[in-house]
Amino acid sequence: MSLTTTSPTFGSRALGAIRVLISPRGAVFLLLAVLLVSVTVLNPNFADPSQFIRFIQRVSPIALVAIGQYFVIVSGEFDLSMGSVITAQVVIAGNLIGQDESKSVPVLLLMIAFGIVVGLVNGLVTTLLGVPSFIVTLGMMLALLGGVFYVTGGSASGNPADGFREIGRGGIRGVPVFDIIPWAVIVLAIALVVAIWISKSPFGKTLIAVGDNVTTQQFSGVRVWWVKTRAFIISALCSTVAGVLLVGYAGVHPSVGRGYEFIAITAVVLGGVVLGGGRGWVVAAVAGAFALEALFTLLNFADVPSTWRDTIQGVIIIAAVAYSAVAFRARRKTRTPQASPISGKEPDPDGDPAQSAHTQQNHGG
Amino acid sequence: MRRSINTAAAIVGIAAVVALAGCTTDPSVTTPTNDPPPTEEINWFDQAVFDKQDAERGVTPEGPEGQPWLQYINAEFTDTSAFASPGAKKVCFANASISNPWRVTGWITMNQQLKVLQDSGAISEMETRDAQDSDDTQIADIDFFIEDGNCDLFLISPNSTAAMTPAVERACATGKPVIVFDRGVLTDCPVTFIHPIGGFAWGIDTAEFLIGNLEPGDKVVALRILPGVDVLETRWAAAKKLFEEAGIEAVDYFTGADPAEIKKIISDELAKGDVKGVWMDAGDGGVAALEAFEDAGVDYPVMTGEDQIAFLKKWQSTGITGLAPVYSNFQWRTALLAVQKIFAGEEVPKEWILPQKPITASELDAVLTVNEGMPDGHYATFGGEDLPGYPEVWQQRIVP
Amino acid sequence: MTTTTTTRPRRRVRLDSTVIVYIALVVVIVIGAILVNTVGRNFFSLGSIRDILTGMSVLGLVAVGQTVVILTGSLDLSVPYVISLSSLIAAETMRGNPNNIAQGVLFALAFAAVVGLANGLVVTKLKVNGFIATLGVGLIVKGYLDTNYQGSAGSVPAEFQFIGATGIGPVPISTIIMLALATVVFLFLKKTRTGHHIYAVGGSVEVSRLSGLRTARPVIFAHVICSVMAGLAGLLLASRLGVGSPTVGSQGGYDLLSIAAVVLGGTLLGGGRGSIWGTIGGVAIFAVLDSVMSAIQFNPFLKDVVRGVVIVAAVAIYTGRGLERRRTRFATKEVKR
Repeated sequence: MSLTTTSPTFGSRALGAIRVLISPRGAVFLLLAVLLVSVTVLNPNFADPSQFIRFIQRVSPIALVAIGQYFVIVSGEFDLSMGSVITAQVVIAGNLIGQDESKSVPVLLLMIAFGIVVGLVNGLVTTLLGVPSFIVTLGMMLALLGGVFYVTGGSASGNPADGFREIGRGGIRGVPVFDIIPWAVIVLAIALVVAIWISKSPFGKTLIAVGDNVTTQQFSGVRVWWVKTRAFIISALCSTVAGVLLVGYAGVHPSVGRGYEFIAITAVVLGGVVLGGGRGWVVAAVAGAFALEALFTLLNFADVPSTWRDTIQGVIIIAAVAYSAVAFRARRKTRTPQASPISGKEPDPDGDPAQSAHTQQNHGG
Repeated sequence: MRRSINTAAAIVGIAAVVALAGCTTDPSVTTPTNDPPPTEEINWFDQAVFDKQDAERGVTPEGPEGQPWLQYINAEFTDTSAFASPGAKKVCFANASISNPWRVTGWITMNQQLKVLQDSGAISEMETRDAQDSDDTQIADIDFFIEDGNCDLFLISPNSTAAMTPAVERACATGKPVIVFDRGVLTDCPVTFIHPIGGFAWGIDTAEFLIGNLEPGDKVVALRILPGVDVLETRWAAAKKLFEEAGIEAVDYFTGADPAEIKKIISDELAKGDVKGVWMDAGDGGVAALEAFEDAGVDYPVMTGEDQIAFLKKWQSTGITGLAPVYSNFQWRTALLAVQKIFAGEEVPKEWILPQKPITASELDAVLTVNEGMPDGHYATFGGEDLPGYPEVWQQRIVP
Repeated sequence: MTTTTTTRPRRRVRLDSTVIVYIALVVVIVIGAILVNTVGRNFFSLGSIRDILTGMSVLGLVAVGQTVVILTGSLDLSVPYVISLSSLIAAETMRGNPNNIAQGVLFALAFAAVVGLANGLVVTKLKVNGFIATLGVGLIVKGYLDTNYQGSAGSVPAEFQFIGATGIGPVPISTIIMLALATVVFLFLKKTRTGHHIYAVGGSVEVSRLSGLRTARPVIFAHVICSVMAGLAGLLLASRLGVGSPTVGSQGGYDLLSIAAVVLGGTLLGGGRGSIWGTIGGVAIFAVLDSVMSAIQFNPFLKDVVRGVVIVAAVAIYTGRGLERRRTRFATKEVKR
């Protein structure tokens, strides 16, 4: 008996692509497409390449924190401190660089070191002391914010030298078609490539496995504490880079970065990543960030009173997560071992997202 | 498969609803509750107060020359001889918060003024309880002072108007003098209520400036920090009315003072069309607004900000047509000076209306020279030039 | 000859987590009293005690509700907005008229119950994680608040303000009400079937389901209880403020602080284990901390730093004592993370 494999026809490939789009994994891309089209309908200028690239520029910080939060959530934890890390880094940049451009590089190194330390503390207290990450990062958030305000006296000393701000604000000018390629877009592209590489690396796979079932990993000899701590360090570094971009884009102000952790969690969840870990695709998380910002832009263009924004955001995130959860249950019931849309990965393990909160207690979530 | 198609359709449907939301006139489609129609909702526009403040703008303040923190407008004096008594007094200060740079500047100035009054023997100490922007906490703070504070006087900067009224009334009921400054309350039992002219005057000053520099049909983007804060709402209420009457198209957004948010809002507005003017209800984040114009490569707008140093510096360097309204920061000094007057038996205005003069282009350079070296979050009308520690204390901005 | 030595397995004395919280509370009080003394005040004065007990009332109500929800393994982040809107509904219905008090209370609590029901249904029927579900519902309510209310509204008649303002000696009536309600919820959890089911579902959904429990009901119940407690907190705040306010809920940071108090009190964030009295202890610790820091005129920015450190340190102590680890059935030694 021979196994015949037929190479996929174009039709079945297209069907597969559509299936991806409709699956929870892919739904965020569909949502993103719909939103972008809607925005363009309301404002045709949006499709102009130079405008569009500016849109990507302003999503960059959000997409970066989504990447960082993705790694933490996929390992089964939470990082609520991202926003205050951004604020702290922004203020550090403002206060230490001042108008002296030569200080840019040393301060940048200091900021990276600070980010690593924060990530280490978050990770170690969560894993070695066993405190739920929700609590650790909440405590870190309170401590950082209070500390930042204390040091700055409630307000920042002002925007640092233009050279440092160029990263967030400027770009390669005179480019055909796009007119300008902002540095922020390049930074995001690099970050995304690195993130994909990490998620395909053994560390990345172990991370997902740890999020899925920590006991198995422990018995497999994985040093769970080091794996999770590295996820927290990645998250803090992502916040740091987002902070650098925001210093450029927005300037130094104590309210910069406020609420970013919730935006990040929303983006990640929109991207179909399950809270509680064990499942998710980093590109989908980034798409979630884009979708969220596209939604806000749409609301701006549609002249929806800004006070209704929150309501719409609430409805969308419930809808997105409900869709994920309901669709996964449907899949579980059909029990066909579908090949996953992303080549090479195992079919999705059974998982009732409502139960994921309970699995958290098994690994200190 | 059917279910996932259904749910995909739901997602498309939701997105469509979102897109169409702009077209519906009744946005209450998503109201989750069925509660009685809101009554007694505060409509911030009050014609009587509007006219009063409009008139006050034109009045020359009385009082010592060159010391605006001791000047007053249209004062009706109240007799304080009942409170006159010698000796250093203890002040109990219930502060709403120091959570924004305006309040921090005032707090620093107040503490320097306190030193002067302590040296002169008028005040023995000032105990402060910071409510961190919470009504509930401030009520508890005032009650604590009443019960346990051994206070000779209650000094209150209320967090919000209606909610703090019962607590202020309780403080008055102790028989000790009560001073209220900055935001007001709905009772006139305090000995004096210290504040600059008011939000309507701010709105009139700024709206008239913009209207005078723009044409009917021009677009103004109004950047507002938060809803529901009375000193901010009155500013917008007045400006909005004047914009409507003058045919200026004004759209308002809430920004939370987040510069990133401000930039996005302005960028989106610029993508929709020309923006000729920017109005802010407080100056925090003004620099980001101007940068958004720079990034888009369009002409600067006509802009009103506030007397925050960051905005003033940007105004000077870009040369925009601008105005800096003020919410006189020196009222934090006046509050303590009133304490001294009350215990000395000197009469004070029942409603101490302080001057509120916007900074115009001609005054800009002089103001920035006086405030040289001050950090970006400092406010130019801090009124502390003759206090000890000038200028280092404000330059270093260490919060007491 | 072989000698056999039998060693008795060393038993660790397991202190109930609630006892630990109260020990911590005593420690905090002692340190606080000393600190307060150094600035010349008396920690145990009437005014100070009243301040602490008042500070416990509102957060206590919210935290008790949050405990019930966390016991089922879920979470409630919508509480600040429920609090605000309840205060508004109550104040606007009452409109300063004492005859409307009952109606105002009823409408406010009915609204809160509806939100709780919505939360519960989204969590159980739509299978959305509690974090996201209540975050979403909270945002929906927030949008409604921001759009329709630009400032405080309504007015609470003096008779109702009575509750928030007076007390028996140093003990405010609001604290007594809070403790009474805490007792009711405690008895509910301990004595009723639904209460036991709440623990069961929190412990393990699968086992509960296989045991024949309808796992949705206790969760929905828990969410309704939590929102109703938040509604009660809103009523209490309306009584204290004399008006309804759209921001009073967010001003107090009640969402994250209530969760912190619950965890401080020894309840597991994953559900299945915890006690109401532990939560009350956690709330008391926060109230004492706040009062002490205000009395010594601690820099307000540093207050948050202290709160953050205390929360993390306290929970670290619990897990250090092995309280958070589930009793493994067959393993002979604790599996290290």
